[in-house]
Parts: sequence; structure tokens; C-alpha cells
Amino acid sequence: MAETKQKIDRSGTPLVAMKNISIAFGGVQAVDDVSIDVYPGEVVGLLGHNGAGKSTLIKILAGAYRMDSGEIWINGEKADIRSPAGARDYNIETIYQTLALADNLDASANLFLGREITTSLGLVDDSAMEAETRKIMHRLNPNFKKFSVPVSALSGGQRQSVAIARAVYFDAKIVIMDEPTAALGVHETEMVAEIIKELKAQGLGIVLISHDTREMMALCDRVSVMKNGALVGTEHVEDVTEDDILSMIILGKNPKREAA
Amino acid sequence: MSDSTSGQASSAGRSGPNRSFFSQLELDLRLLGMIGAFLLICILFNIMTGGQFLTPRNLFNLTIQTVSVAIMATGMVFIIVTRHIDLAVGSLLATCSAVMAMMQTAWLPDILGIPLGSPWLAILAIIFGILVGGIIGGFQGYLVGFLGIPAFIVTLGGLLVWRNVAWYLTNGQTIGPLNETFQLFGGINGTLGASSSWIVGLIAAAAAVLALVSGRRSKLRHDFPVKPIWAEFVVGGIFVAAILGFIAILNAYEVPSRVLERQFEARGETVPEGFTASYGLPISVLLLIAVAIVMTVVARKTRFGRYIFATGGNPDAAELSGINTRMLTVKVFALMGVLVAIAGLVASSRLTFHSNDIGTLDELRVIAAAVIGGTALAGGVGTIYGAILGALIMQSLQSGMAMVGVDAPLQNIVVGSVLVAAVLIDIIYRRRVEG
Repeated sequence: MAETKQKIDRSGTPLVAMKNISIAFGGVQAVDDVSIDVYPGEVVGLLGHNGAGKSTLIKILAGAYRMDSGEIWINGEKADIRSPAGARDYNIETIYQTLALADNLDASANLFLGREITTSLGLVDDSAMEAETRKIMHRLNPNFKKFSVPVSALSGGQRQSVAIARAVYFDAKIVIMDEPTAALGVHETEMVAEIIKELKAQGLGIVLISHDTREMMALCDRVSVMKNGALVGTEHVEDVTEDDILSMIILGKNPKREAA
Repeated sequence: MSDSTSGQASSAGRSGPNRSFFSQLELDLRLLGMIGAFLLICILFNIMTGGQFLTPRNLFNLTIQTVSVAIMATGMVFIIVTRHIDLAVGSLLATCSAVMAMMQTAWLPDILGIPLGSPWLAILAIIFGILVGGIIGGFQGYLVGFLGIPAFIVTLGGLLVWRNVAWYLTNGQTIGPLNETFQLFGGINGTLGASSSWIVGLIAAAAAVLALVSGRRSKLRHDFPVKPIWAEFVVGGIFVAAILGFIAILNAYEVPSRVLERQFEARGETVPEGFTASYGLPISVLLLIAVAIVMTVVARKTRFGRYIFATGGNPDAAELSGINTRMLTVKVFALMGVLVAIAGLVASSRLTFHSNDIGTLDELRVIAAAVIGGTALAGGVGTIYGAILGALIMQSLQSGMAMVGVDAPLQNIVVGSVLVAAVLIDIIYRRRVEG
């Protein structure tokens, strides 16, 4: 490991703790008694095959699904998240795999979607929103110049920076990223990695989903591996090798722990 | 899709000197295309009718014939933008018209004892009619949004249901003549006259200039790029010329001398020598302009409008952003219902009576107007002014063919084909723009 990880203080209360979460769709137990927690300034990675239940788990935290059983604790207090808007009230922001952007609207309309700045007359204030968008995009992605075109005209990386700007602008404490680099090129992936490091330095908690084990080892402090809806285990990245993680994903067990 | 380097190149090109004349004006190319098509239709028919098409009288009639469909088309834009469709507008128009007609001729005079001819009959009938339109529209929206029945099915059923509710309410009879105050909204029976029309035109021109100035100021305040000052003057000049030219045309249509004689006779006077009067701006057109302004503001400047377009662009994204898309559907359909009722007011008062077949095939005209006006059936894209222009194009095509003497079946064949062709052109245009 080239860069030394800054030590995460895990003595206090976790920023978010999901305890014994279960949800079933029809007869399928999509998430089965899974617990994970994230501390301030920590990046926790979620790994597993397609259909392992990663996206379902984070959609519960994001308010898109209601869990059947389990508890979510935010900053040591029990939270009741009933909708995406409810999750936002707890400063949880989500960046979805499918880039939840309205393609026909421009960057600032997307950034403020659902939370528009309005004038005293109650009308949306496009100029003010564009000015704010220019400010935040200048910080995140200084090359970004296309403010007045629909986001459908943007590249994958530009779109992703709009989605991330949305989380950052509204003072997120917990950011959920579902495969943020899946559709991106090398250069753009690096940009997203830089942003993740910056958010981490600001003390945000990040839940990251990715299929790229190497990327996860570089970005995350801990990784949780899921298989068939259940949690295989959570490991500190400095304690495991990429091969260990892969066998957890594929075999559903950690060879080192089995040996010990 | 372009990468970030080409993004920079194109944004640098934006302020560069080699932008074409038209791009500096920042006018919508699509809008120019539609205006071009409209002018072409007008000129063609004018030649074919030997100069009968472009007369003040015909343009006046064309305008008042367009109003009803144009009002509904503005609402249809929102429906189609949210990826729905409303096939029931023509039938709902009949129901609203029937309700308003029965209110003023039977229910109110019989129950409340308001004498026939009282302006209150018109006012109460209009309020109640709009309420009925909004409630029925909202109900259809509830079936679509909350119960998940496709809008196509809900409104296909509505097409049959509301047509026959209208029939049931009136026993299939023609109801009329309608109240005189009510008839003011029909067109020829309610116009502003020459001087008031000029005043409205000047106010509108001043408002257009003011809007351009404040738009530029707001951009400058935030240091956003603005177009060159000469381009602002050209655009402002076009707006002012168009508005005042429109008023001049309407004012050029003079009240025929026999109508004047009748009016003066009714007051026990005779027409003075050399006296003329202009019809001027019809109240129904003023109503359309008001609807157009309100709907444009709703579309561009309210959260409701922003959410309509966001939902049309990506329903999942809208939902995940905390937008209640189900309730939004109800509101959009309710708004459509209100506009249908207003259109019903205009349509029945133009005829001066309610007839059983009022609004028949209007769903086709309204959808065609919205689609010709650039509303994408895939959702997320559409403009209010485009839909109104689309309605004008449809109406001028139909009126022109009638004037030329095209047989009735051929007229409908052409109108139907134009709808399909318009969608094809739209698809090709989008492919080229996005490709």
C-alpha cells in the first residue's frame, strides 16, 4: 500500500449505524440481517456480486426502500427514514449508479432539483441557482463550463460531477455512492477519487459501492462483503489482501479467518 | 456525447467572433422553422384563393377559431411532457360546455331564480364549469397517478364517458342562445375596439422590452455571458413589430356597415355619415394570451413546472429527488381539465350555443398542435409558444383548405397526414441535433 492511511477514530459514536437490516421482495430475502456502520471521515466499501444485496441495502439508507426489520442510528440517535426526502433531512445524500439526473434539464436545475432557490414571489430563481452551481463546480471540477445545456450533452465524468455537487452542496454528512466510476474513463475516475478523498478529509462518512476491488482497496478504510443478501464480513483494508477480498466475494468466507 | 475538452472548445466558441448571425440572436431554430411553415401556408393559400386568405377579415377569423384549441394545447404540453396523453379533451370540453350552458339557461334561473340575461348567470356558470373541468381532470389524473392505469386507457374511456355525460345532461339538445355576457368570450361578439386594442398592444410591447431588459440585467448581475447589444435590439424590434403588426391587422377589420346600422337602430339612432368602427382585439384572444403567459411562467419559473419537466426527463430521478410524482400527475391532469373548461367557454360562446357535437375530434387537433409545436412524445421537452403556433398552423391549414374548396373528407385526410408527418420531421430533427 503506497499511501499510509490516516487512522480513523472509532471510539466515538458512529455517524451511521445500520443494525440487523432485513428486507424481502416476494419470496426473495434481498438483505438478510446485515449490520454496517460508518464513522466520521471514513469510507466504507460494499462489495459483492450483482444481486448480493448491496444496492438494496443502501437504498434503504437513502429512503428509496422501507426495511422489513432492523434499525438505523444516525449520530447515536434512532432514525426513521421513510422517503428520499426523509433521508435528506438526516443529511444523507445519494449518488446513484444510474445517475439520477433529469437529462433534459441543465446542471443547475439538476443540482437543485427538489430544493430550488426561490425568489420572494415564490418563483424559481435560475440566476441565483446558476451562480451557486458555478461556485461549487469551480471547486469540484474547474474544467466544467457547460452550464446552460441539458446534462444529456455532458460526458459521463461531467454528469458524475453534477451528481456529486448535489451531495456536497447541501452539506451532506453521509454520502452514498453506488458505483460512481462505473461509466467513467481513467481520467474521470481519478477525478472522482480525488473528490472522495476531499469529502473524507472534511469528516464526511462515505458508503461506496464498486466492483473494482483494487479501487476499493485504495479508497476505503474498511470493506464489507455481501453474498446472497447476507454479510460475509467487514475487514480493515490494511489487514487483508485483494485475494482475501476476492475469496470472500466468491466463496463467501475469509480464508485467513478460517485458518486462524 | 462529448468529452471535457470538446466542452471547453464549444464554450470558448460561444463568445468567439465566428458565431453566425442567427446564433448571436439566440433565437430558437425550431421556432423559426415553424414560423416559416406558417408563412408558407399563408402565402400558398393566399395565391390559391386569389388574395382572399391574407385579408384582415380572414386573419381575424383565423385567430378566433384557433383560440379554443390553442388554450387546450398549452395544457397538453404538460401532459405529454410528463409522458402521458389525454384523448378525452374534446369530450370533456363538451361536458364542461354542457354544464355551463345548462347552468345559465336552466339550473340557475330555475333554482336560484336569477333572471335570464343577468351577468351573474355567466359568471357563476363559468366558475362552476371551470370547477367541473378541474375536478374531472384531477379524477382522471388520480386514476393515472395513484391507481396506475395508463393515461391512454383512462382517457380513451373518458373520450366515450364525457361525450355522453354531455349528451345526458342536455338530453342531446342544442342549448342556446347563451347569455350575452357569456358570449363576450367567443370572439366577434366581444372585442375591444380600435383604441383599447392599441393600448393593449403598446402595453404588451412595453412589457416585452422590459422583460428583455430585466433578463439582461439579471445575467449581468451574476456575470453570465450576454448576447451583443445590437442583437438585443434586433430581437426587441422583432417583438414590438410583431405585436403592433398583429393589432394593426385586427384593427383593420372594420365592422360591416349593416352590422353598425343594426347596432345603432337598436339604440334608436342612425349611423352618422362616414362613421366606421373596428373590431380590434377579441376578448377570447386576450384570454389566450393570458393563458399563454401564465402557462409559460408556470413552465419556466415555478417549482411545479420544473418538476413537470424533470419527471418527463427522468421519472426515477424525480422520485429520488423527493418529488411526489403521483400528486404531480393529478395536478397536471387537473390543470388540463381547467384549460379544457376555459376552451369550452370560448368554443360554445363563439357558436353562441352549446351543441351536442361540440369539441368532436378536438383531441386530435390539440395533440397535433402540441406535437407540431415541438412537444416530444418521449417526454421532457415542449414549449407553450410552440403549441400555440402549432394550433395556428393546424387551423390555417384547415381554414385554407375550406376556402380553396377542398372536399371535407380530403381536408381530414390532410390534417391526419400532417400530424404523422410532423412527428416524423420531429424524429429526424432530433436525431440530427443529438446525433
